[in-house]
Amino acid sequence: MKVLVTVKEVAEVDDEFGISGLDVDESALEYDLNEWDDYAVEEAVQISEAGDDVEVVTVTVGPERAEETVRMALAKGADRAVRVWDDALEGVQFLDPNSKADLIAAVAEEESPDLILSGVQAGDDANGATGVALAERLGFEWAAVVNDLDLDAEAGVASVHRELEGGIEELTDVDLPAVLTIQTGINEPRYASLRGIRQAQRKPLDVNSLEDVGLDEGIVESAVERTSMYEPESESDAVVWDGSADEAAGELAALLRDKGVVEG
Amino acid sequence: MTVLAVAEHRRGDLRDVSFELVSAGRELAGELETDLAVAVIGGDVEGFADELNREGVDTVYTIAEGEEFNHGVYTQSIEQLYADVDPTALLLPNSVNGLDYAPAVAGSLDLPLVTDVIALGGGDSIEVTREQYGGKVETTYSIDADRYALTIRPAEWPAAGAAGDATIEAFEVDVDEASLGSTVNGFEEVGGGDVDITDADVLVSVGRGIEEEENIPLVEELADVLGATLSSSRPIVDNGWLPQNRQVGQSGKVVTPDVYIAVGISGAVQHVAGMKGADTIVAINSDPNAPIYDIADYGIADDLFEVVPELIAEFGGEAPDV
Ligand SMILES: Cc1cc2nc3c(=O)[nH]c(=O)nc-3n(C[C@H](O)[C@H](O)[C@H](O)COP(=O)(O)OP(=O)(O)OC[C@H]3O[C@@H](n4cnc5c(N)ncnc54)[C@H](O)[C@@H]3O)c2cc1C
Ligand SMILES: Nc1ncnc2c1ncn2[C@@H]1O[C@H](COP(=O)(O)O)[C@@H](O)[C@H]1O
Repeated sequence: MKVLVTVKEVAEVDDEFGISGLDVDESALEYDLNEWDDYAVEEAVQISEAGDDVEVVTVTVGPERAEETVRMALAKGADRAVRVWDDALEGVQFLDPNSKADLIAAVAEEESPDLILSGVQAGDDANGATGVALAERLGFEWAAVVNDLDLDAEAGVASVHRELEGGIEELTDVDLPAVLTIQTGINEPRYASLRGIRQAQRKPLDVNSLEDVGLDEGIVESAVERTSMYEPESESDAVVWDGSADEAAGELAALLRDKGVVEG
Repeated sequence: MTVLAVAEHRRGDLRDVSFELVSAGRELAGELETDLAVAVIGGDVEGFADELNREGVDTVYTIAEGEEFNHGVYTQSIEQLYADVDPTALLLPNSVNGLDYAPAVAGSLDLPLVTDVIALGGGDSIEVTREQYGGKVETTYSIDADRYALTIRPAEWPAAGAAGDATIEAFEVDVDEASLGSTVNGFEEVGGGDVDITDADVLVSVGRGIEEEENIPLVEELADVLGATLSSSRPIVDNGWLPQNRQVGQSGKVVTPDVYIAVGISGAVQHVAGMKGADTIVAINSDPNAPIYDIADYGIADDLFEVVPELIAEFGGEAPDV
């Protein structure tokens, strides 16, 4: 059995940042494995540890920089990795979920996995759309926002809980092959061990261009174009106390007494 | 030209986002100078149609297929209705179920899709606004296409109010049952237990800023000296540092205390969904740009490990060593 995990390197913005043109200044960005994908990788590795002959392959659309993140997924137990990048993708402001799904679908078609795990959302773009769009491309079944997974590979069914709003979970059986978008909390992602990190250096990481995966440059064309990025005007009239921590704490304490939270 | 919005219901009730979709749909239909149609699929469609018949809705299409949400039924139904109505814009909820079918529908109809839209603008091509980087920035996107799909963030538009005079039309679809690859077997409620954070007058709520499980006693002590109940954001529960019944937010509890003190919580939309109804919101967050300050009434933009011990001392407690 083969499990494909989509892994994105996401950007986090520092407390202090500027915006130039259509994006946050590169100097204010830090990169990390997407939180949701960390849970997806863990779920896949647990499946491989529980079964015989399960291969876990990660797929990433991203520049060379993303290999650090990909190696992290390998260090946590994925067997090999595929990264797709191309000069044509360099400098593309915004890869919409449809284009990303096309790109990942091209790799998935090559790999023919039984199960694909993606994250519910990418922490930076928060489209929340790539996994289900991918399933549609591939003609796979799918389930979004999965926080419990019980796989019966023999029967070809994944029994999942979908986490709905308000503390309600939907219990659903999904036919394989399927794409499941994994929600945080489904498991406890492991830390990469030193040994794992060493081993990851030797695991295969294939880099493919658009041509390698059988796509042409037209893939980056999108009807959706980013036109501006800005810091939202704060609508708040919050009173924010500055000064030293003890002065600010004193102000807040007075407020809480005033509100009758604490007597005296 | 029509704007077609798709309502959402669960276990017998339309969800609030359905009425917000009517408002957003009305706004977009105004921009495009066209009609607004609303579709409702499954359950008591006639009852739902009466409720959805709000001011500004021209047509409500009822599709009597199934009881609860099934993404295969929704996808097939919307595709068939789409072929008939030929709408310019398909407006769907950015709910958990919306995310389970919108990308599939957009994919099969070959429509550009923008999710989690918080504002709409007109012009030559439609322009939409969304958030990025955990709500620290907003971005606008133009959509250069004759047909497109959008998902609308819940609680951004007001619920449409007054009754309308829409035409209610039953729409027959032909669902290919054999192709349905997901079977919904039921529901389960989670988050029960001994503590009910929805009952508390004062909540001290802790987020990822606390860094380590070993530091939780610090906020516990603050809650203690204030006679408050301890709640949290999601990562704290995901990490197993507090039980599920303490989680505030979209997938946790909706709370409306007199005072809500958010300690080391950024204010992600899914968290805010659970606490924006609090009377007084206090934020302790070292990042003055954190979105929590958009809804806070008071704040201390400083290190919680400095501020919380001072606060505990103010009320005569002793901060644990963390
Ligand atoms: C479908 C779905 C459902 C979700 N449901 C929920 C839900 O029900 N509830 C929920 O909470 N989330 C939910 N989330 C997750 C949500 O998107 C956020 O990831 C989460 O709320 C972030 O939690 P946080 O604010 O504690 O952490 P972060 O976003 O990491 O914020 C930590 C904050 O602490 C501050 N900080 C760090 N160090 C310090 C310090 N020393 N002193 C002071 N401040 C400090 C930082 O400036 C930062 O603002 C959901 C997400 C999805 C996709
Ligand atoms: N560039 C990418 N490379 C690999 N996987 C991705 C990429 N972008 C998104 N994904 C996957 O799709 C999920 C949802 O992303 P999004 O739809 O952008 O919010 C992420 O959690 C990833 O698993």
